[in-house]
Amino acid sequence: MGVKLLYFAWVREKTGLGEETVDLPEHVRTVADLMTWLKARGPEYEAAFEKSDVIRAAVDQTHVAHNASITEAREIAFFPPVTGG
Amino acid sequence: MIRVQQEDFDIGAEVDALRAGRTDIGAIVTFTGTVRDTAGGEPISEMTLEHYPGMTEKELERIEREANARWPLQGTLIVHRYGPLQPGDNIVLVVTASAHRQAAFEAAEFLMDFLKTNAPFWKKEAGPDGGVWVDARDSDDDALKRWQSPKKAAE
Repeated sequence: MGVKLLYFAWVREKTGLGEETVDLPEHVRTVADLMTWLKARGPEYEAAFEKSDVIRAAVDQTHVAHNASITEAREIAFFPPVTGG
Repeated sequence: MIRVQQEDFDIGAEVDALRAGRTDIGAIVTFTGTVRDTAGGEPISEMTLEHYPGMTEKELERIEREANARWPLQGTLIVHRYGPLQPGDNIVLVVTASAHRQAAFEAAEFLMDFLKTNAPFWKKEAGPDGGVWVDARDSDDDALKRWQSPKKAAE
């Protein structure tokens, strides 16, 4: 079953898309795994996830750390540190 | 209550709605965040706010619940705008109501500190050199730390 990926702010601008649905290979089990996997998908992704340590993630609309599991995730979002308010 | 919207808000009308029919409130604090016309000495012609529909509402509700768990509040309101905004425009409104001023003041600061570091909004400023995504500030993370329990903060 596919998982929905969302990108916001400069992550969105660099990947060139706001959202997509992907089928993840079994070895992609954490947020960090997913960023590594995405980076290998093309130059846009490589550029978007180049500074992967500053990118924040949310799994099913909850903030998570990079070592969080994504094996049950339906929706995963990547974005820069938030700047609202 | 929380609202995420493109349109502007009327601070007076929001406060009136929050206190309508209530005589138990003794203190109301409002905070309004607005768009400045400069950033780092550079003029700003427009600011665009992007957000994560769905998660934004969830985070704001979570932050509001947390404030209500910490202080005896009789009413809270968070309104946050998104989309293109001009210098001078309103961005965010926080209203807290309590029997006494201390809880209302503290809860308003708490709501803003948590909103700034947790609610999924991103600002992009447009100026003479094109558009620039605003960087997160360390001072916002520092502001958050004072709300941790003394034990946690000392660790």
